[in-house]
Parts: sequence; structure tokens; C-alpha cells
Amino acid sequence: MRDRVRFLLGNETRELAEVDPTLTVLDWLRLDERKTGTKEGCAEGDCGACTVVVGRLDGDVVRYEAVNACIRFVATLDGCQVLTVEHLREPDGALHPVQQAMVDCHGSQCGFCTPGFVMSMFALYQGSDEAPSGSQVDDALAGNLCRCTGYTPIVAAAGRMYELQGPAADRFAGVAERLAALRDGETLRVGAAGRWFLAPATVEAFAELLAEYPNARIVSGATDVGLWVTKFQRVLDVVVYTGRIQGFRDVRDTGDALKISAGATYTDIIGPVGALYPDFGELIRRIGAVQVRNVGTIGGNIANGSPIGDTPPALIAAGATLVLRSSEGRRSMPIEDFFIDYGKQDRRAGEFVESVILPKPAPGTRFRAYKITKRFDQDISAVCACFSVRIDGGVVAEARIAFGGMAATPKRATHAEKALIGESWDEATVRRAMVALSQDFTPLTDWRASAAYRITVAANLLMKLYVETTDPDADTRLVGDRRLVHA
Amino acid sequence: MPDVPESGSEGIIAERISGAVHSDRRHDSAHKHVTGEAVYIDDIREPAGLLHVYLGLSDRPHAKLVSLDLSKVETAPGVVRVITAADVPGVNDVSCMGRHDEPLFADDLIEYAGQPLFAVAAETREQARRAARQAVAVYEDREPVLTLDKARDAAIVVFPPMTLRRGDAEAAIAEAPRRLEGRIAIGGQDHFYLEGQIAMAIPGEDDEVLVHSSTQHPSEVQHIVAHVLHVPANAVSVEVRRMGGAFGGKETQANLFAATAALVAKKTGRAAKLRPDRDDDMVITGKRHDFEVDYRVGFDDDGVIKGVEFLFAARCGFAADLSGPVTDRALFHCDNTYFYEAVTASSLPLKTNTVSNTAFRGFGGPQGMVAAERVIEEVAYAVGKDPLEIRKLNFYGGEGRDLTPYHQTVEDNIAPELVADLEARCDYQVRRAAIREHNAKGGWLRKGIALTPVKFGISFTATQYNQAGALVHVYTDGTVHLNHGGTEMGQGLYVKVAQVVAEEFQIDIEKVRVTATTTGKVPNTSATAASSGADLNGKAAQNAAATIKERLIAFAVENWGVPREQIVFLPNRVRIGNQEIPFGDLVRTAYMARVQLSSTGFYKTPEIHWDRAAGRGKPFYYFSYGAAAAEVTVDTLTGEYRVDRVDILHDVGHSLNPALDRGQVEGGFIQGMGWLTMEELWWDLRGHLRTHAPSTYKIPACGDRPRIFNVDLLENGRNRKDTIYRSKAVGEPPLMLGMSVLHAISDAVASVAGHTVCPRIDPPATPEKVLAAIEALRALKPA
Repeated sequence: MRDRVRFLLGNETRELAEVDPTLTVLDWLRLDERKTGTKEGCAEGDCGACTVVVGRLDGDVVRYEAVNACIRFVATLDGCQVLTVEHLREPDGALHPVQQAMVDCHGSQCGFCTPGFVMSMFALYQGSDEAPSGSQVDDALAGNLCRCTGYTPIVAAAGRMYELQGPAADRFAGVAERLAALRDGETLRVGAAGRWFLAPATVEAFAELLAEYPNARIVSGATDVGLWVTKFQRVLDVVVYTGRIQGFRDVRDTGDALKISAGATYTDIIGPVGALYPDFGELIRRIGAVQVRNVGTIGGNIANGSPIGDTPPALIAAGATLVLRSSEGRRSMPIEDFFIDYGKQDRRAGEFVESVILPKPAPGTRFRAYKITKRFDQDISAVCACFSVRIDGGVVAEARIAFGGMAATPKRATHAEKALIGESWDEATVRRAMVALSQDFTPLTDWRASAAYRITVAANLLMKLYVETTDPDADTRLVGDRRLVHA
Repeated sequence: MPDVPESGSEGIIAERISGAVHSDRRHDSAHKHVTGEAVYIDDIREPAGLLHVYLGLSDRPHAKLVSLDLSKVETAPGVVRVITAADVPGVNDVSCMGRHDEPLFADDLIEYAGQPLFAVAAETREQARRAARQAVAVYEDREPVLTLDKARDAAIVVFPPMTLRRGDAEAAIAEAPRRLEGRIAIGGQDHFYLEGQIAMAIPGEDDEVLVHSSTQHPSEVQHIVAHVLHVPANAVSVEVRRMGGAFGGKETQANLFAATAALVAKKTGRAAKLRPDRDDDMVITGKRHDFEVDYRVGFDDDGVIKGVEFLFAARCGFAADLSGPVTDRALFHCDNTYFYEAVTASSLPLKTNTVSNTAFRGFGGPQGMVAAERVIEEVAYAVGKDPLEIRKLNFYGGEGRDLTPYHQTVEDNIAPELVADLEARCDYQVRRAAIREHNAKGGWLRKGIALTPVKFGISFTATQYNQAGALVHVYTDGTVHLNHGGTEMGQGLYVKVAQVVAEEFQIDIEKVRVTATTTGKVPNTSATAASSGADLNGKAAQNAAATIKERLIAFAVENWGVPREQIVFLPNRVRIGNQEIPFGDLVRTAYMARVQLSSTGFYKTPEIHWDRAAGRGKPFYYFSYGAAAAEVTVDTLTGEYRVDRVDILHDVGHSLNPALDRGQVEGGFIQGMGWLTMEELWWDLRGHLRTHAPSTYKIPACGDRPRIFNVDLLENGRNRKDTIYRSKAVGEPPLMLGMSVLHAISDAVASVAGHTVCPRIDPPATPEKVLAAIEALRALKPA
């Protein structure tokens, strides 16, 4: 058991004892370290003004990832390096190419969002030696809001930074070794007065800790739990963090399925999942933005049980299996059975989501995922619709349809499925299923959409599925990689 | 500016100074923005013992406050002081118009959900926030007025309405060959400045207090703080170096936060800082007004408007704030670029039990124009023409077609030429034909295109605000200290005014340091608003610099015995007769001869006057013009859309700084597009705003900008009026270029019914609204 959080701030080592379990990186930077370059814009991970870059060891290389400092707990930095806007200047004061490009392109106006943009662009710069494509830039910046510029000069700067002379020397050379030295197999326990931040290093230790603290709050990316703290000022007594668990973010091909460990982030899974289910990959691309996807996990998205989480409908449609574990052992279930009611899941005290088994699509299966929002990027679904259908000889042999945003849980559309299965795959059948959908759902009206819109668009998405599976020439997508539509 | 080593040190003979007017000078704080070194108020190192303040808010939209039990707040950890209305030594009011309708803390009548009831000061912000949740309020609910419909029934106005009238519109409509009428509902908008509201107050000696306030209007904050504290204005200093965005949201909305911080500071003798969380900020502060506009229009078979009537009903919220002038400005822009032969336009600034709405870039003008463009669109569908044709038919210009509804003659109209220019540049007609062809194939994705113009009146309609002051010191090392009444919110005002001073003295801009705006240096300033910042403060600073320059010239004439025409200010040097000496040498020599090297400057806009009661006058010194053409693709199954291409041509006169002006045009367009498309304010039935953070209130993100975005400033532009270096105001007008996107969406939607029916999409055109319009058209005429 280790009782100190150890990490690098820039190139300086920090060791924190008795740190509050839910102290955010942002408050720690601004209040304790007096590093005020990083800004608070929203305190909920949606504006990106607080973006910092965290370097973490992946094997023996350091991966630099943009994250939202406002909803990340400082103790989760254990074993990592955190870089802020203050770290980018050269020792002689010269601006980093990212910064110089922003100046050259008039990329700042009021300047308040600028440090966040600079850090998102820095992560992009560190991750790629050549200028990324336009859509990659859009994606890299989707989690940073600017109210002044309209983004054009910032996007220009993201191109220009590659034209400028890079830093003379890698000032972060040797970081991998230093981070490796911080790695240990010990459980980290920091805090005081019965309020603990626990970070096991093995899945076994995780199970034991949960047995000891069955009411502990399991935290991974904290992309939702962070808001409980910053917005609702909830006091979490015992937090168990999954980010240090060895092997807990693995994604493994088991031949007929992908075994996705619960701690795999959206960034981790977008490639392998997208390779099997292109539309599922595109759906993941539209979860949050880079800062959220770099920390948010599939396990968290499931265990959270939100009716508007985006991976559950896709996993349900794809027929995924959920594996739960505790110190007593494992059990598994079809993933839709996990979601019992609003705020209620089939997870017992001391249990945690260990992995998800995502079967590979059967030959002939058409999988489609649609996410309906007011804004394409970094928005929460009004409706998330996922379809998996297999057409055999013009007849619907199988249909699994699941929706998010339409009920108190992610839920299958059983009436619509029934209206399709065994019927010929034609417009009349689809229209019957569209009508049947109203028996499946009685959605709510809220600020994201009215009930009427939800039910109408849900039905229309069935039509979109039909069009996409029957008319290869039909243009049906506004965003994403449209080459994938007819895959 | 001094922080940046760039070219141009004294002694080097340059052909042109750095940072001259009309040059693409970068923002003065750009280097500090990108390194995190730019100091915003929350970044100022806090004085020892600083208290953090938080506000306790009402949970009800309309109620009598029966009792407020603050005992748990007072005993919460870290709490030092709790402040309620009873603790206000002066006037419990932060209203900007002196109407005493906006209490700092509600003490009896609660008029919106989220209204501040008290403030709590504690050792940490976290403690203050937690304590603020501990209040127990007992309410006696009253029937709230939450919608414009209900407000019409209640019929309470927060400010006297205004009517503009020219000719007999009713008769003209009655006699017109064709008529139609309708209503457009136009949504509000949250400013979503990235830096939220914040104030830090530091108590001084006697009754003095220094307030760091993120405000566009330091002088107003000064007066409000003085009234609340019951101290004279000269006891209060208000300072702001920069804001992290404002957009009108810090013109009056900073008052409450500044006054609270100042009150706590004086009550406790400790510095006090108030920074609400984003969610509370959005709940507490006013927004762009949502409107419902009723229109009746008479027109001929070609589509020429013969007469039009408008009634602009606005949700003003519970208090006046700036709703009077905002609704006035809606009327001033109900013509946009169009001549109405007869017109009546009236405002209805209605009271509701929601947050008091306020200034927002465009200040009512955008809503006026959106209504005008709806009328154009309706007429176009009625006569079966491209709306662009109807726009052109109705432009100001031609014999007797130059008088606005407020009886000001449009003297500088360039809309017809500008629109024709853009139409050619963007290949409008060819693309429109291609789009029609695309849509005729009947696919699920439909395209639309629209070209919309903008004409925006420049000047505060409250004539007295059209004045500005500046203070310029020249030091004996040849450097210059510049201060003026304008505030920096990202628009680049500081650098523009510094360019003016550098140009006047012919010294490199690195020699000119602009210091934080403060009521102690330049008094009685106007809000940095109405797009007027550079126009007013540029002229005032030029005036101050010219005064010093005149003294230097007079001194040189006397000292060197040369005629004044032989004294020429060249880049970083001065030619005096046959010799050239560095600027700094002239300054030092003048100092030795006891020449005053400091001056104030002043400016007031000429020509303008306005009689609100009569609805006549010349409220605007000039007009700014622009136009945008947008092309979109709409998904007719979901109502989602994508902006494929936008072309903009905008008139900034002879720009002081084309790079910064381009930034205003691009940013304004995107903000306007956001207002009319995805930005939706949503209140629940209890009167609570539920879109109060970026997770629920969606402003445009990077990927929402047009896939192709061609932005041009009008070449060889030149203000016909004697503005600062013949430039034009640029802050607000580009916002309204965003209308092109709304109309392009409408064009795409209309294709579902063969362009026979006006889709009447009420902004914001969220996917939901767009799909509803599509489904309505499908019901009329199956695709």
C-alpha cells in the first residue's frame, strides 16, 4: 500500500499525501500550484478551456493525451506526466510552434479558450509528425469551444504549426524512464479521515478492495462522476479508481469476438470496434470529444446505466455479453439484461464490470448506428438508434434494434423487431415497423428534444436503415466517413 | 507592444512604422493568450485574507418570500459573513436605467427562478458554494408569467413601447394587389462568454473600494457600486484589463457581481471575490431577447412591398434592463436593406417571470432583420420567385426610395452593388440551378442556398453615449502610455487604438503601451458596445495624441525657428527644417523646455439626434453593410443539416486592421449562425432554465463552421463619414450574416413541396424544428 500520489508536473516530480480524493486537477493547478494559465470555462468537461495534456506510459512509450482538467481528479495522475500551457515555451522563451502558429494566424481573440486550444493542438502535434487531415483537426478540436473566432484561424494554425521549425530538443526526453520508475504493483491509498482514494494495480486487488468497501464509488474517466463533484458538490467518501489496473484496458480478439476490458477508453476501442462495425466506430467518434474519449471507458458507459449513454444501444444491437466480477467470481449476461430501470442496474455490491464480449458480425449482417443531436460533435444523444439486421433472400432473418434516449434505460424495440422478422425487406414492412415503434416507446420531452420529435425521428431512422441497405447509391449521411455507410 | 521584441527600435530609419493603421497587426495580447500569461480577473494574485463569495438563489419564478432562514448558512464551515437586502447601506438596486426594478437581493417579491436572495462569504469558494445551498426559504407562490403568450395577456411592459411610422401602412396594405400576414417566433441566445462573470473587490481607506470587474461598462459598475454602498462615485474605482469574451453579456450584467463583491469587501474589510459557476452564471444573467413578431405586408405581383406592419413582442424578463433600447433597435432594423413605401412598426417589451434579458451583439437589430427577411421570404413564395430577386426589388435606392421608417435618409447605401458583387463572386445563380437539379432527383438529402444582406446602423441610439475620452502620456524616453474608456473583450480594441496613436505620432506600436481601463483615468465612459469602441475611443485617443503633437510642433517652431510646415513626423523621427531627429529626442528637448507631454482627448459623434416620442431623427451616423451566401444540405429524415459553403462580402470601410476585422466577421457570422440554428434556450414548466451549461446549451463547435468558407472584406472600402481613418464599425454587423444559413435551410426544406410553400421555420432551426417543417410540407404534398 502506497500513501502518496506521484507524478510529474512538467519535468518536476510531485508527491502528494493526504490529497482530497475528488480534488480536481484544475483546482490543484490553479489554487495549489498557482498555475493560472489553465482556465475554468464550465467545470463539466464540455468547453475545453481547462484542457491539459497528460502523458501516460503505454508499454514503454509515453502517450500524450488531451484531457479536461476540470473533471479529472488529481490523484488519477499517479504515474503520469501532466503538461499545461505554461510548459510549452522553450527555455529561451521562444514560443512552441503550436503557440507561434496561433499568434501568426490570429487564432486568439479574447484568449480565454486559447490555452485549452493550444493544449489540444499540442497533443495533436505530439501525436503526429505530419499535418493531419481537415477532419482529424476538426475532431481534435471538437472538445474546445471558442465563442470569438468562429474557429477558422485556429484550424489554420493547426496546419501552420507543422510548417514552423520544431523545438530544438525534446525537453521531455527521458520521461518514459521516469514514469516507468514511478510504476509499482502497490495499491495506492491516499486521503484522510475516512475519505480515501484507492487505486489498485491488479484486477485481483480491485476485487478485494470492493469486497472491503462495497459502497465505494468506482471511478474510471470521471466524465460523469466529475460533475457530481463540480456541479452537485457531492461528497464521495471512498473512490476506487480503475486507471492503474494492469490489463484493464486490453482489447483482445478471441476469434469470434472482441473481448473488451471495462477500463478500455473510447480512444482505445474506436479502432478495433470500428473495424468490425464501422458505424459503431463512427458512433464512438461522436461520444464527447477527444478529451472525454481519452479517459471515458466502455465499462463506465455501461455501469453508469444512463439512458443516454451511446455504447449500450450499439452493444445491445450487436448482441454483446457483459461480464461482471467480484471477489466471489464472475457472472455474465446479455447486456440488455443489465439495465433494469432508471438508475438501477443488475450490479451487486462488491461487483464490477470486468469486460464486454462483442461478437463479430455474422455474415450478411447489416449494422447501423445513428446519433441524433442538436450539434454533431460533443453532444449528448436525443436519440441513439442502433440496428443489426440480417436479410436472407429478401426476408428479414434477424433484427435486433436498440435505442437510447427513448426510455428510462437503453432498450430494445421488440415490437418493431417483431414487425420485421420473417417479413420481406420492403418499404411496406418498414412502414409497419415504424408504426410498431410507437408501441415500444413513450419518450420524454426535455431540452434535447420533444417526445414527438423523438418518436418521429426514431421511426424515420428505420427508413434510413432501409434506404441504406437497399439503395447503394443513396446519399444519406451528413457527417462521418460516408464511405462506410454501405459497408 | 512592449512585451514583444519586434522590429523598429529607435534610430533605425524605417519607411513605415510597425503597427500603422490599416495593417494586419496581431492582437496585443496574442503572445500572452497562447502562453497562459494573460491575466484575467480570476488569475490576479489574491490579496491575503481574501473572502470568496457565493450567491444563494431563488427556486421559484414568482413568489412572495415569506421567510428566509439563513442560520445553517451562517454556521456552515468557513463562513465569515452572510449578506441580504437588509445589509445594503445604499440602494438595493442594480438596474442600469435607474428604474429601480432590479434588486441586488430580492427581499420580498421574487420575480424569476434563480434570482439572488443573499450572498455568503467564506474562506474558500468551495465553502461559500456549499453554504449557499443551506438556506431554507419559504415561498408563497404566485402565478408566474413564463411565456410570451401569457405575457401578452398580462400586458405589463417593462419600458414604454415605441412606434415608428412613415406613411399609412394600413391603407397601403389594404390597397396593395396582394397581402399576407404571419408570425415569426425568434429564439433568444446565451452569450456563452468563455470567462464567466467575476468581480474582485479590494477595500480601501475611508469609503474607498477598488473593484476588478469583468465588465464592458466600468463607469456603470462604478455608479452601481456607489449607489449600493451609499458612497460618492469618487470613492469607487473600477478596473478591467481584459474580459474573456462579453458579447453584450457584460454591459449591465456585471453590476450585480461587482456590487456584491464590493459590499462584502466593505462589510468585512477583506478583499472579496465572486465567481459563479457556469450553470449559475447562465441562470442568473440575462440573454438575447426572444421575440414574436407579427407582420402584415401588402405587395404587388412583382413582389414590391407597398406597405408593411410589424409588432415586435419581446420577452424582457422581470425588469427593464436594456429592453427599451433593445426593442427600439429591433424596430430600427425592421427594414434591413429594404425601402418600405409605408410602414408601421411597434414594440411590445413585455414583462415575464424569467431572467431580465439584456444586450447581446446586435442589440435587437438581429431580430428586426430576421423579421424583415421572413417578410421577404413570404413575398417571394407568394409570387413564385427566388427570395434574392425580391430582395433586390425592394432595396433602398432609386427616386424617393431612401427614407427609413425613422425618417433618416440612407445616404451611403451600397447594398445593391455589394450584393451583386457577392452574387457574382460566389456563382450564386449557377449553383442555385445545380441545387434545384439535385433536389429534383428526390433524394433524402436536400440542398438549399440563400443570399442575405445586412445593413446595420452605427451609433448608440441614446445620443449621450456617443462620446469617449482618452488619456495619453508621452514619457521622456519616447514611449507612450495610452488609456481610454473602451474595454478589451477580445475584439482587439486596445491594439486598434494603439495603432491610431502610433500612427499619429509616427512611432512604432511597440512604443505604445495600453493600460487597463479604469474609471480613475478616463471618467464617465460609455459602455464598449454598439460596435462603437474603435470609432469613439480611436477618435478620442487621436485627439489626445494630436494635442500633444501640436504642442511639440509649436515647441519645435519656436525652438528651431522653422516654419511649421517644415516640421514633419516621419517614422520614429521628426524632420525639423533640414534635420531629422529621433522622436524621443524631440520629446526630451520639449520636456527640458517645460512642454506638457500629457493630454486627455475627447470625441463626440457629430450629426446624430433622435426624438423617440416622434419616431424621427438621425439616430445613426452611418451604416455598415455586408452580405452572405450560404449553401446547406438537410437530411429530410432527421432534420439535421450541414453548412457546405458560405461566401461573405463585408464592408468595414478602410479597415484599421483587416486581420482583426476578418476575425470579427468570421466569428460574428458563426455566432449568428449558432443563434439561428442550434442554440436553444429551454425553460421547464416551473420556470427553470434547463439549458444552463455547454452540456445542454450547444454553441457551434469547430466542425460546424462551413466546409468552404470564403470571407472577403470589401476592397477599397471607405467610410463616407469622417470616422477614424475612414474605417467602419465591425463588432455587431457580421452576426446578422448568419441569417443566410437559416434561409438556406428553409430553401432546402421547401424543396420537399416543390418550393410552393414558405416553410416558415422559426429560429433556432434545430433539427427538431427543421424536421417538423419538413413533415408539415410532406403532409401538404407527399414527396
